Amino acid sequence: MTASLDDVARAQRARRTSFNEASARTRLELMLDAGSLVEFIGPEQREVSPHLRIFDLPEQFDDGIVVGHARLEGSPVFVAAQEGRFMGGAFGEVHGAKLTGLLRAAREIGSIPVLILFDTGGVRLQEANAGELAIAEIMRAVMEARTAGAKVIGLIGGRSGCYGGGGLIAGCCSALAVSEPGRIAVSGPEVIETNRGVEEFDSRDRALVWRTMGGKHRRLLGAADVFADDTVQDFREAALELIGLVGAFGPDRLKAEHERLAGRLRRFGTCKDAVDIWTAEGVADAETVPDLPADRFIALADRIGRTSRDAR
Amino acid sequence: MEDLNFQHQVRARASGTRRSAVVGVVASGNLEVLVERALPDAQCVVDIRTAAMGFGEIWSAVIGDFVERYSPGGLKFSINDGGARPDTVSLRLAQAVRLIAEDGQ
Repeated sequence: MTASLDDVARAQRARRTSFNEASARTRLELMLDAGSLVEFIGPEQREVSPHLRIFDLPEQFDDGIVVGHARLEGSPVFVAAQEGRFMGGAFGEVHGAKLTGLLRAAREIGSIPVLILFDTGGVRLQEANAGELAIAEIMRAVMEARTAGAKVIGLIGGRSGCYGGGGLIAGCCSALAVSEPGRIAVSGPEVIETNRGVEEFDSRDRALVWRTMGGKHRRLLGAADVFADDTVQDFREAALELIGLVGAFGPDRLKAEHERLAGRLRRFGTCKDAVDIWTAEGVADAETVPDLPADRFIALADRIGRTSRDAR
Repeated sequence: MEDLNFQHQVRARASGTRRSAVVGVVASGNLEVLVERALPDAQCVVDIRTAAMGFGEIWSAVIGDFVERYSPGGLKFSINDGGARPDTVSLRLAQAVRLIAEDGQ
């Protein structure tokens, strides 16, 4: 019974550990069944980036991502966790190849779900072409794994959020869980302001950034399926919930998703601000949403209901 | 980047059975330490790649103090440094020794 005692200790620590502040390795250690993680291509193999040295930049032995297999509530899972503090969690050649390989293993087996703990600013600029190719390969690998029957669950609550190509990959997942500090988008605030002007998006207006890209808005829009409080244990429970919730994948589900997105554009396309969208969704006192504590926000989001109509 | 290497003769073998462990991340003011049980019992090696140039003397003092205090015999330390302060380096080295002293793989 040592294992279950270990799991009680794990759960206690997971409940008081901020997902946002924890490292990728700590997130995995506390989220998965105690001692169950077996890493593929661990740091001792020193599969570092072949590009960073050219730029005289420091490398990390795992190239900023941990991949492996483990158990969640006794069942097998594949896992990947990005380290958002190394190069902003950005995708490089090796980093991306590790995730592609994991997803292809999931495709071959078909029945084992994949958890991706995103924490990324997008593609690493120093290895841009290799990184962009990695994003394309990963998106394809996600869709192939889903087609083969594997559920691919994205968990987003890290400091770097989920931006750039990471946002695209998240869009391919079966389901997403997000916490308030988790942000999901493709272009970041500064990128939008640089390209479209400050009238389009004022990147220094932090409240605007959070209510446009933050976890609460993503949950209310239906992009994320579950809202998690910022603890590792909450993300574990969200992952378990989503593994139970996700249904079979096929062309019908993709069509339903396209219809949901078209409907969203029709309903909210003219809204100038996230608050307008929440009001249109029927949220009373929509401007108070950013201040709601997690439990009251989850109750509100559940009341509005899953917007997915069998699609995300 | 600057590469540094330190080799020490130590009093005793580090305890525990784990083969390797990693602590920390490579970020500004931070570092990762990969420790492996890969050497004869009386030896300790520390390989460092650091983004901060010209601090070899301080590294030498920090590593010397660490080896004296913990006697990490049989261990090889590989460090990727993002410009961490000496106290952070000492902390990570101590964490690495504690982690590899645990039983298991």
